[in-house]
Amino acid sequence: MKFDSVIIGGGLAGLTAGLKLQSAGKQTAIISTGQSALHFFSGSFESLQEAPEEMKQLFSQAGIRLHYSPGVRLMPLGTFREAALSLEDIDLFPKASFGKKVLIVNLLGYHDFFSSFLAQGLEKEGMECRIRFINLPEMEKLQLSPSEMRAVQIARIMDRIWEKVIQEIRLLLKDEDTVVLPQVFGLQDASVPSRIRQGIPARVVFAGTLPPSVPGIRTQMLLKKRYQLLGGTFLMGDKVDKAHLHEGRVHSVVTQNLDNHYIEAQNFLLASGSYFSKGLSSNPFGISEPVFGLDIDFAAERGNWYSPSFADDQPYMAYGVKTDENLHAIKDGKALENLYVAGAVLGKTRPEFGTAAGMAVRSALAAADNILKASEL
Amino acid sequence: MKLQEYTRSKGNFEECMKCTVCTAYCPVLQVNPLYPGPKQAGPDGERLRLKDPYFFSNTLKYCMNCKRCEVACPSGVNVADLIQAARIKYDKSKPKLRDRILASTDLMGTLTRPVAPIVNAVTGLGITKTVLDATLKIDRHRTFPKYSSPGFEIWLRSHKREQAAFPEQVAYFHGCYVNYNYPQLGKDLVKVLNALGVGVQLLDNEKCCGIAMITNGMSESARKHAVHNVAALQKAVDKGLKVVTTSSTCTFTMRDEYPHLLDVDNSAVKDSLLMATRFIYEKLEKGAKLNFKSDFHKKIAYHTPCHLEKLGWGVFSEKLLKMIPGVEFTMLDSNCCGIAGTYGFKKENYEASQAIGQALFSQIKTVNPDVVACDCETCKWQIEMSTGYTVMNPISILAQALED
Repeated sequence: MKFDSVIIGGGLAGLTAGLKLQSAGKQTAIISTGQSALHFFSGSFESLQEAPEEMKQLFSQAGIRLHYSPGVRLMPLGTFREAALSLEDIDLFPKASFGKKVLIVNLLGYHDFFSSFLAQGLEKEGMECRIRFINLPEMEKLQLSPSEMRAVQIARIMDRIWEKVIQEIRLLLKDEDTVVLPQVFGLQDASVPSRIRQGIPARVVFAGTLPPSVPGIRTQMLLKKRYQLLGGTFLMGDKVDKAHLHEGRVHSVVTQNLDNHYIEAQNFLLASGSYFSKGLSSNPFGISEPVFGLDIDFAAERGNWYSPSFADDQPYMAYGVKTDENLHAIKDGKALENLYVAGAVLGKTRPEFGTAAGMAVRSALAAADNILKASEL
Repeated sequence: MKLQEYTRSKGNFEECMKCTVCTAYCPVLQVNPLYPGPKQAGPDGERLRLKDPYFFSNTLKYCMNCKRCEVACPSGVNVADLIQAARIKYDKSKPKLRDRILASTDLMGTLTRPVAPIVNAVTGLGITKTVLDATLKIDRHRTFPKYSSPGFEIWLRSHKREQAAFPEQVAYFHGCYVNYNYPQLGKDLVKVLNALGVGVQLLDNEKCCGIAMITNGMSESARKHAVHNVAALQKAVDKGLKVVTTSSTCTFTMRDEYPHLLDVDNSAVKDSLLMATRFIYEKLEKGAKLNFKSDFHKKIAYHTPCHLEKLGWGVFSEKLLKMIPGVEFTMLDSNCCGIAGTYGFKKENYEASQAIGQALFSQIKTVNPDVVACDCETCKWQIEMSTGYTVMNPISILAQALED
């Protein structure tokens, strides 16, 4: 099977690059080993500055609305963290406070949202909190299986009964100026969070839950749907087993599912993620990139991969695949001319693209740009 | 560092990071609160079951074996294999008569085919459905697949000489559905392959792949079928033949479930067993040509069956359909139709089955295609019953689009 470009990795970086290349009229395929880190997405692009124009365009065509307002966002345990560019349902505030009196509302039986911690955190910032639970008959079935009462299962129900949730909250609301709710709204229907905001006569803030992340999964579904609508080929649940290299170029890759069927392309993009997604792999002796065996710099002493303090930035998180200025991958000290790299597999080796989700998008756009330039030559 | 490979546990369950991604994609969990979900039933439960079989739960029977959890898993855990293997190992209850009947697809075919018109008339009657519902708990809403007489095998045998005249040959594992219920699909395959200069042969006495037996607690019978089929496939492979199929589930069962669930070694034949879509695509890629009608027009919505999604071969159907001039193609979202073989035929599962399929049904209605394309026979029954749209195997669409 032949494509203009093959992208290894179906997360935020892979999908962003896929959308850009496919929009430019290229035929591409994305190969994704299972679902991506978007399932743990906070909804905020971390250090990213104002979104690049083409990101706004690609995302809005996919039905994803972004907003930009440098400040802080509420974290699941009632603390605040700097943020700027976010999905529309993630609130951004100028400072670590958003009101005087806060009503925290959870759903009865839902354990992945920590209302008491939230209250403690907000009270430290001088806010007065009251915690209440709502219970609706539509949730009875879910409550039968408490261990499976997770954000996504709840969100499926909330997509249908959000109007009832508004009514319940209006009954609970006394003199509070703010209502905090878990992020369990807007899985299939992205408009639900803003409808809830409109229906409640107070500021509504959505706070993160334990994974899976509802805004993250929605983002993944919308990006993938748009990519397929543009004609992209998405190979879900497949894994690149090996790559055929010839004279400094990648000729083709072979996957677990398509076994002896070669997948050929002019250009390849490695966006296979970090350790969790197995884009990077570690063992007691070293850190490696399993598909191509690309170069990675890491401390020789394993003890130096970690910082003794758990909360510190861990050195191993900075390690990533080495690239040249055009994001070509480097193997045995030499750049591979048609293999590009984007996203978390870069670690923190390319700080100019920012960090986390912002880095994934920016490096993917840059790599896709380089691929388009190279294919014009 | 090979140590990790040598110590890999069965089903790879120790790789589970407890990330819960699988639970977001389990179709059963969305509708049935009695099911503990893929994470609990799979890797979490396995850890406990290994300590003490007491921890085996009967609720694992609610797993449809659709494998969506495995496709979603970022860590390569064979979640559904773990669940089905636990059912085989620990569930000692005898399958009910109803389950035996549903699982014995080829036996039912053999018994009913000589009197097909009578059987079809009888199973189509409201009174029969009511009786089956009350006595055997086969849901009354279901339409029974029609039996066809004569079967595909008989038809192909009567064309043996002309098929043997083609310079290139393949063997065809047609499965129960093509033989007993819908020989036309087999004939369509023969038409397309003949157009590529390939003649079609039968295997030396194939049997039902056994998937319905695996999911209905009859793993011993399934194992016998597996051993028989691997031997039949081996005979074809020994003659240098590839074996093609038109059913995604039969293919998936013989390639993956035989070694993973039934401990039947298929390594010598696995690479020769292909979906016909893949075989045809690879031929076209190597330069073979098909002559399509110039006035063919069809709006096609393609549904990837769960087991084809797990095989990762939906891409061949997609590419082939897009290749036909005059086709307007829509890829439907990745969703389960809810039937899962015999699962949806059972009265206790009917409601869940329809609820699971809802997202797919409503998308089909929105797209409003001329035809839905799909490589699975039970998806076809489910989608046709639930939406009223016609469902065709991509091979049949190819055959229809070919210049006669």
